[in-house]
Amino acid sequence: MSVKVVDARGLSCPQPVILALDAMKREKSGRIEVLVDSDVCVENVTRAARSQGWSVTCDERRAPAPGEWLLDLSKE
Amino acid sequence: MKSFRNVLATTPGIIAAGVVIGVAAVVLQHLGNPGNMGICIACFERDVAGGLGLHRAEIVQYLRPEIFGLCLGALLSSLFFREFRPRGGSSPIIRFALGMSAMIGALVFLGCPWRVILRLAGGDGNALFGVAGLIVGVGVGTLFFRKGFALGRSHGQSRMTGLMFPLFMAGLLVLSLIFPFAPGQARNGVLWYSLKGPGAAHAPFLVSLVVGAVIGVIGQRSRFCTMGAFRDMILFRHWHLFLGVLAMLVAAFLMNKGVLQQFHPGFANQPVAHTDGLWNFGGMVVAGLAFALAGGCPGRQLLMAGEGDADAAVFVLGMLAGAALSHNFGLASSTAGVGAYGPIAVISCFILCLIIGFAHCAWRGDRV
Repeated sequence: MSVKVVDARGLSCPQPVILALDAMKREKSGRIEVLVDSDVCVENVTRAARSQGWSVTCDERRAPAPGEWLLDLSKE
Repeated sequence: MKSFRNVLATTPGIIAAGVVIGVAAVVLQHLGNPGNMGICIACFERDVAGGLGLHRAEIVQYLRPEIFGLCLGALLSSLFFREFRPRGGSSPIIRFALGMSAMIGALVFLGCPWRVILRLAGGDGNALFGVAGLIVGVGVGTLFFRKGFALGRSHGQSRMTGLMFPLFMAGLLVLSLIFPFAPGQARNGVLWYSLKGPGAAHAPFLVSLVVGAVIGVIGQRSRFCTMGAFRDMILFRHWHLFLGVLAMLVAAFLMNKGVLQQFHPGFANQPVAHTDGLWNFGGMVVAGLAFALAGGCPGRQLLMAGEGDADAAVFVLGMLAGAALSHNFGLASSTAGVGAYGPIAVISCFILCLIIGFAHCAWRGDRV
């Protein structure tokens, strides 16, 4: 199963949430990876994904650079 | 899970943040700040512009320590919690123009969204037009977001870039310590002071600074944003930030009504306000749209500038310039009513914001 990637690095509110919600709406289920580079975006995207019934895990180590995070969104 | 580490970013956290800001603002009013203006980012940045002599409106000149406190509180908080991120490069000149437009609109209404809440909590019915304007302005902004509006990505910058604006604030703070307000003196050293009017009404310097810094820390951690509150509600039906705004309103109202007897319902003779409903509304439409396009209310922009966001810093500088223009050109309102050129300025700024909106709708990022 392919994993969709949303690159929301460097974008200001509310773009990361819009991009993530767009992807969730399109994919409906499965896995989506969202790349962000601020704590605010981690919180906002997590909150938005959970409100849509997606589970979220956050992995700083898998992000391409320091100060970036990879949010792993999944839904059965 | 990372987000759980930040207690203030939870729902109870944002509500607590709203309560603290609401209570603190009303207490600042009680201690000397102008009526229904315990803390108003637009008004206070305008006063800072006056204190520096960027405009010479004699009744609104004072380097407000709350402004420096907020920014430096956010800086310390972001350094402590490892959230200080020097970044910038996302359409700075556009953000400057949005900051100017936002300030011009806010000074026609006479207040930023924080003051909209405080005016409502103090019983100022004219603020209802401001709320309506804010919702319409932010609503127009969300239409642009639906069309893919964005000002482009920001990029990591040098530490010095991130520190530049907080340093600027610290410098002004030092200036106001070297040349403090001396009763009866309209000028001390390089700084200008008001002897009457809102600029002469202020809580003790140190109280203002410390309360500002506390709000800076809380605001930085909670991501409290009044524009975001309405934007998220309209765009996503997300209530998170709105609960913070509601908490601020309720807390300020209860403090005014129950504790400090500062609640005076009505439309006429409200402190630092006018009764022109149309332009109370219009001013806030422009301000709301500009905040939405720039991604944060004035308070949030100041906090982000403290976190190293150079784009937010440019927005704040735009607001300072907008304040100077507003008073030099007679765009700003007063208790007597709307300024001579206020309405035409509001209309011009609205058109400018629309053009900025349309010009950045084509952006689609790397959507996948």
